[in-house]
Amino acid sequence: MQIGILYSRIRKDEKLLLSELRERGHDVEKLDVRKLEFGVGDPPEGVADLDIVLDRCLATSRSRYATQFVDSYGVPVVNAPDTADLCADKAKTSIALDDAGVPTPETTVAFDTDSALSAIEEFGYPCVVKPVVGSWGRLMAKLESRSAAEAVLEHKATLGHYEHKVFYIQEFVEKPGRDIRVVALDGEPVAAMTRSADHWLTNAAKGAQTQEFELTPEVEALVEKASDAVGGGLLGVDLMETNAAQSAAEQSSGDEPRDPSYTVHEVNHTVEFKALNDCVDTDVPAAVVDWLEAKAETGVPA
Amino acid sequence: MTECVECGAEVSLHEDLEVGEIVDCDTCGQELEVVDTEPPVLDRAPELDEDWGE
Repeated sequence: MQIGILYSRIRKDEKLLLSELRERGHDVEKLDVRKLEFGVGDPPEGVADLDIVLDRCLATSRSRYATQFVDSYGVPVVNAPDTADLCADKAKTSIALDDAGVPTPETTVAFDTDSALSAIEEFGYPCVVKPVVGSWGRLMAKLESRSAAEAVLEHKATLGHYEHKVFYIQEFVEKPGRDIRVVALDGEPVAAMTRSADHWLTNAAKGAQTQEFELTPEVEALVEKASDAVGGGLLGVDLMETNAAQSAAEQSSGDEPRDPSYTVHEVNHTVEFKALNDCVDTDVPAAVVDWLEAKAETGVPA
Repeated sequence: MTECVECGAEVSLHEDLEVGEIVDCDTCGQELEVVDTEPPVLDRAPELDEDWGE
């Protein structure tokens, strides 16, 4: 098959995929989006003949526009541009998850520092302010007091890109020092891990410890629902356990601890899986390529 | 082995080098982008933009 990969930086994740694709004898076309010119109606050379294109752009803007263009040429692309558009924006993701009935942290968006401060005070402290675009845990703020909130809002309003003037405020979820990352293919989990840290942020990119997580039917069902909510594809669904404190208290008092409940706080559309691949028995890149081959054969609606 | 474009130190490279891959110079810490593999050619990697992530 002729398989294109949109990229501008080759991480270990892309190397794993490239290696798997080449080992299977596929003709891989590396598409460096920095060098391509996407004409309206006219695809860049070599793109029109591809059986499928996989978006692995790190930059959100490149991912959103490049997939839109590839899709417009009638070439199957995963993830789909609508999925990229939704997942790239935390506010849009929150709306999509809530609309689909997926439990997600309580969230408010405000566009002015006064209304944002009012929303923060309604949440109470601590609460969380996040940029609507961004990842790896960057520019996330856990607000412990009104004075901290005022400072963060002023900084965002004064120094931030216009997207930082969209104040995305969220309840602080008392998770048990870890969250859960599930990599899924059209809603079907490939593998999952916990990411643990003493810090309130538990991103693998920030050095969290990773360990395989045994999927439960409840998590599997939530992942499928979250994936459907954003249009499916190769996704990283992040969940937090919401009643860990009560559960631990029940256990220590000798009562039967209740089963964990979950909330889905993020869905990643250009998911990194190298940390997951290192801590599970499943061959994650092989599973992704199996899925990609099936997509190319059956055809992705372009 | 090839030379760091920033400090001139020798940079050791893996065998499965890939165009677009980023390697670090152990001497000066500069991020280097592989722009060719045969023979290996390195350039300074572009700075990360605001919206770079997964």
